[in-house]
Amino acid sequence: MIQSPLHDRHLSLGARLAPFAGWEMPIQYAGIVAEHTAVRESTGIFDISHMGEFEISGTGAGEWLNGLLTNDLSVLADGEGQYTLMLNEQGGVIDDLILYRLAEDRFFLVVNAAKIEEDASWMRAHLIEGVDFDDQSARFGAIAVQGPKTEEIWARVESSQELPPRNGISVRDDGVVICRTGYTGEDGFELFAPPEVIGNWFDAFIAEDTVPCGLGARDTLRLEKCYPLNGSDLDDRHTPLEAGLGMFVKLEKPNGFIGSDVLAAQKENGLRQRLVAVAMTGKAPPPRHGYEVKDAAGNVLLGELTSGSQSPSLKKGVGLCYLPLDACRPGTPVSIAVRDRLFPAEVVKKPFL
Amino acid sequence: MIVPDHLHFSESHEWIDASSPEAASIGISDHAQAELSDVVYLELPEVGRVVAKGDAIAVIESVKAANDIYSPVSGEIVEVNQALAETPEPVNEDPYGDGWMIKIKLSDTAELEGLINAEKYRETFS
Repeated sequence: MIQSPLHDRHLSLGARLAPFAGWEMPIQYAGIVAEHTAVRESTGIFDISHMGEFEISGTGAGEWLNGLLTNDLSVLADGEGQYTLMLNEQGGVIDDLILYRLAEDRFFLVVNAAKIEEDASWMRAHLIEGVDFDDQSARFGAIAVQGPKTEEIWARVESSQELPPRNGISVRDDGVVICRTGYTGEDGFELFAPPEVIGNWFDAFIAEDTVPCGLGARDTLRLEKCYPLNGSDLDDRHTPLEAGLGMFVKLEKPNGFIGSDVLAAQKENGLRQRLVAVAMTGKAPPPRHGYEVKDAAGNVLLGELTSGSQSPSLKKGVGLCYLPLDACRPGTPVSIAVRDRLFPAEVVKKPFL
Repeated sequence: MIVPDHLHFSESHEWIDASSPEAASIGISDHAQAELSDVVYLELPEVGRVVAKGDAIAVIESVKAANDIYSPVSGEIVEVNQALAETPEPVNEDPYGDGWMIKIKLSDTAELEGLINAEKYRETFS
């Protein structure tokens, strides 16, 4: 199991650690609800050292990446970033990631921890002459600072520099990379620095009363905003159109991308299923990943939850599920099987919050 | 961590107050509630159910996960704390008081000897 460069700090802060994508990571410190609330109302800090970082460079790098990814990176200027997806030949999701343009011929990609190797081997297998692929994951520790007080706290920690604008990136002379993005729906940034200095950054934010938050709160925060989790809500059997991520899919790119023909056909023929948001309608146990979703009467199996939790902000159970198209309209009553009982729920508009 | 002297504990962190064996209260320890944190739902058994020591008698759900509660003794369930089904917060806030879950009529008080006493529990989990 890989230990984060912040491991000792987690232990001294009383974190409960658990395996995640081959890493031993903090699941929670004080408790998921307290940490969740801190991010919604103040500001929290997450260890995201497990995330992967790639740099792609070379004269043809942009064009090559655009043929591998669903979004259109030709709209980006230097220092700008975008959410995008990498698909297999069948249009299924390999990974969702954020791509930043550092220069016309240099790009920084932040990918999911569990997918670093798969992404790297996929990209290397498709590599062309004149493009360099560099997996820098081992060279970075990383933190995410998230919450409405982000700017104020940043100014106290590093008054000599402003944060990049939303979705932007700055690379400092000391090699520290700052990206104005996150996975909570709040303002915030992700900061990537060499493992030997990431601890100093972590300490500086903790000293400014940023609340340490674990992967448990990270999951409830993203779920309330309906941000998909790869491996759960996204997988190689569902396309981004089915996942409701059409705005990050640019089928009109002149040379297409891997999987674009399948997505174009899917768009032409109409979707059969979509990833929708469901919420429990009364007092009920929290819905969880893998629970069966049935019609309101409980007779017909419609799908299984790909994510589910009690929402700390809304104080009710919420989840995501691929449902057949005729059951996707908000307001559609469904039921969710918890152990041996059915509990009423309904399809609701995304996001929950 | 609080560990009241008059209670017995199970390996799986349930406590039992057997001062009245006809209706001994059962709940989870302060240590267990802190480990779970944020209890959001409790599923309690039917009154009248006869259970053996070690049977799953309730399900406690935190934000993160669902966990079974096991009976530390054999007997018949004579009362459940219905208030917790609506608002489970006392399990976190007052685990040995308003957070009690079940009252059981012990069928064999000798089973208490197999449980962990407060002193030993305190040593192990403080």
